[in-house]
Amino acid sequence: MKLVFEKSVAGRRGLTIAKSDVPTSINLDASLLRQTDAELPELSELDVVRHFTELSEKNFGVDTNFYPLGSCTMKYNPKVCERIAAYPGFAHLHPLLPQLRGGGMLTQGALEVIYDMDMVLREICGMSAFTMQPMAGAHGELTGIMMMAAYHQDRGNHKTTVLVPDSAHGTNPASASIAGYGIKAVPSDENGLMCIDALKEMLNDEVAGIMLTCPNTLGLFNPHVREICDLVHSVDGLAYYDGANLNAIVGRVRPGDLGFDIVHLNLHKTFATPHGGGGPGSGPVGVVDKLVDYLPVSTVVKRSDGTFALDYDKPKTIGYIAPFYGNFGVFLRAYVYILMAGKEGLERISENAVLNANYIKEKLKPYYDIEHGQLCKHECVFSATRQVENGVHALDVAKGLIDAGYHPPTMYFPLIVKEALMIEPTECESKETLDGFINAMIEIAKKAETEPETLKAAPISAPVGRLDETKAARELNIASLA
Amino acid sequence: MPFISNTDAQRAEMLAEIGLKNEDLFGDVPAELLCGDLNLPAGMGEQEVRNRLAEIAGKNYIHLTSFLGGGFYDHFIPSAVYATISRSEFYTAYTPYQPETSQGTLQAIYEFQSMICRLTDMEASNASMYDGGTALYEAMTMALRATRRNKVIIDDSVNPIYRVMLHSYSRNLKIDMVETKNHEGLANRDAILKELDNETGAVILQNPNFFGCIDDVTDIAEAAHAKGALLIVSCYPLALGILKTPGEMGADIVTGEGQSLGLPMSFGGPYLGFMATRKKYVRNLPGRIVGETTDVNGDRGYVLTLQTREQHIRRDKATSNICSNEALCALAATVYMSLLGKQGLKETAQLCADKASYAYQRLTAIPGVEPHFHAKWVFNEMVLDLPRDAADVIGKLIEKGYAAGFPLSRYYEGMDNSILVAVTEKRTKQQIGMLAEELEAIL
Repeated sequence: MKLVFEKSVAGRRGLTIAKSDVPTSINLDASLLRQTDAELPELSELDVVRHFTELSEKNFGVDTNFYPLGSCTMKYNPKVCERIAAYPGFAHLHPLLPQLRGGGMLTQGALEVIYDMDMVLREICGMSAFTMQPMAGAHGELTGIMMMAAYHQDRGNHKTTVLVPDSAHGTNPASASIAGYGIKAVPSDENGLMCIDALKEMLNDEVAGIMLTCPNTLGLFNPHVREICDLVHSVDGLAYYDGANLNAIVGRVRPGDLGFDIVHLNLHKTFATPHGGGGPGSGPVGVVDKLVDYLPVSTVVKRSDGTFALDYDKPKTIGYIAPFYGNFGVFLRAYVYILMAGKEGLERISENAVLNANYIKEKLKPYYDIEHGQLCKHECVFSATRQVENGVHALDVAKGLIDAGYHPPTMYFPLIVKEALMIEPTECESKETLDGFINAMIEIAKKAETEPETLKAAPISAPVGRLDETKAARELNIASLA
Repeated sequence: MPFISNTDAQRAEMLAEIGLKNEDLFGDVPAELLCGDLNLPAGMGEQEVRNRLAEIAGKNYIHLTSFLGGGFYDHFIPSAVYATISRSEFYTAYTPYQPETSQGTLQAIYEFQSMICRLTDMEASNASMYDGGTALYEAMTMALRATRRNKVIIDDSVNPIYRVMLHSYSRNLKIDMVETKNHEGLANRDAILKELDNETGAVILQNPNFFGCIDDVTDIAEAAHAKGALLIVSCYPLALGILKTPGEMGADIVTGEGQSLGLPMSFGGPYLGFMATRKKYVRNLPGRIVGETTDVNGDRGYVLTLQTREQHIRRDKATSNICSNEALCALAATVYMSLLGKQGLKETAQLCADKASYAYQRLTAIPGVEPHFHAKWVFNEMVLDLPRDAADVIGKLIEKGYAAGFPLSRYYEGMDNSILVAVTEKRTKQQIGMLAEELEAIL
């Protein structure tokens, strides 16, 4: 398909710019102007709409295909959330307005959403306060680790190291490292859980804290999680909960009750806001009492007369991590989703997410190896090791699934599983959909034995065949320059 | 929950097939770790939740005539932008890890990267950052990585909202950040040259700057390069429809807030950080990058590339921790730039400048209202001095239906009477005139 630039026709217009109604046309000094025009395409509105519609048809999305991308919680995104986020009262509100004298009273609805979302998330997570400012999960991690650092500085602790399990998401070590800490990886034991003995050996006064996903990236709930938090607390370390997998336990288990001090959520996962082809997300961070003073500014408070206001009076704050109040349009959608779910709905979410994952796990066990086949939570991790004997790798299984009409699972993650295929069905999917996917996976397992070459050649039904990633990196072409 | 498909009968069937009882599903969680009933209300149906949120939205007043800017603007958004990004094949997809199922997203990102390069006169762009502020912070750490230095000079004509973010993020890092005080509304050449030494990794500037002044920083780029430092320029992408580009000025890294390219103000987000650089620094870039390649049949296609810079491969040695970015916002900007096109962007930028120029004439004609700076040129924003406390005057104008601007006392000492006024193409001559009349009446 042509690039948008290749469709350009000189002189064609996609928008009639409003006529100027002011008498002056200013001639800025020529030295301040660009020498040549920005070579944007020249297209009609129809050209543009057709171009991007055609592009959209080259995508799999949750609305078009089952999308069991492990660790990403690709659940259905309710349409009502889109509609509400577009209400003019939300979409057209300038963020500086409440910072003007008298402006706060003109933004009471927005401030109420921030305040109420904080309250609801406190209850769901068992934390003392939330900031809504982090704009994605990894941004929440960085914010959380910055608060961890502020806590230790405040107490005069000299901490240098953050512990992460070897099964952790890559963002965990990256976030802690960017915040200025050294990283040490804690190995997993034979059950796929963090090895407590190894943890005990690694704990010392230099440990600032630990970052944990629970259930972990194998989809396993660690029954010793509270002991782990206690151990970390024993050296005045803090326990950080990576909320990427909260969908597994939402409404039933609260990170705060497990002993965690800091929690980040991925609202685009657990609370159904659209993934947007890679974002925008929203990564609120919750903390326990002893960390509340370090939250970023501003926060929203409720005054005695019931009105809401921005509060900047936090002498120990880590400061400003976002220009304003976070990705308001995103957490507004999550707020709507939580209101619709209610108490009971949240329990149903985790219950059905866990049932769906275990259903897939048990049904596929005869066909694919699984190192940790015990009861899982919201996702299960298979290994294509058996298929490798016929030369078929996790990648080939994934590409075979595309021809069957399914978005592939996450591949080659977590790193501790060879040939990993990480499947997260979410609670939304029906038994019929799961059965269809299971059958496709079984067919692929059979093909791996009988006709592996068809899998090596897959996909054949997608808009493109397998792409040469080495060439992309070697002959780097990342922009069409004019 | 209407968003769960399985019926109780199907659930029972599934449980039976895998030999589990419902209570077994959480049998691996010790009983003492279960939380019991949450203190939350019962769920709502769509009708109830729409009514409830309409009521809350109604408590936000959006009918002020707005001259608020400060880096975030009320620009016109063509209908086709929202229509296009509402294609659920775009918004219900995720990061294009599987290129064969994501060519739509990948090609759109490649086009976005291309447009950002064309706009800024850079050679390499990433797929987006969270916002203009975090993009500037990432640019700063990128420049320090690339130069292996630890000193940064930033002029206070850079958006103060971003400067406080940079300070917050740098607190635990060994970064020596020196702030220079602007001279007459432009970057302070003397102070910057004095600070610029062989330890300096980056000079950070903005054009048009926070005060709306147009600042050709070519001279500072030359001075920085002479000392081996990089120049980072934060810019206002819509202004680049007409203004000299950061590339032409010699910038090494360009960042900015893309909200002006077709995104609603949404009370602060989601917005769109962008980041571009010269080809020689591409391996230092943070975030996703899409590259062109070919498939097994030799046909053109797009993939995520240079992923060994990223957290999911390099973990604690990655160039950044960023994973999710602002892809859908980048798509909106790409559609916006496609619709406006080469001429439309130029005309829109000119229209902003013309209306601001008119507002400048009208407002400074009011007795007691003076321009704060004597800088010769502004783009669409200006700092005016009022005869008394600006915050107070702005408060009074709100009562009259005008968000007249932003008081600068919050960020700048000695500017208690100064107001930052922004004018976009959406403001009419009549609205500008009415603001002038109301302001004059209050003063």
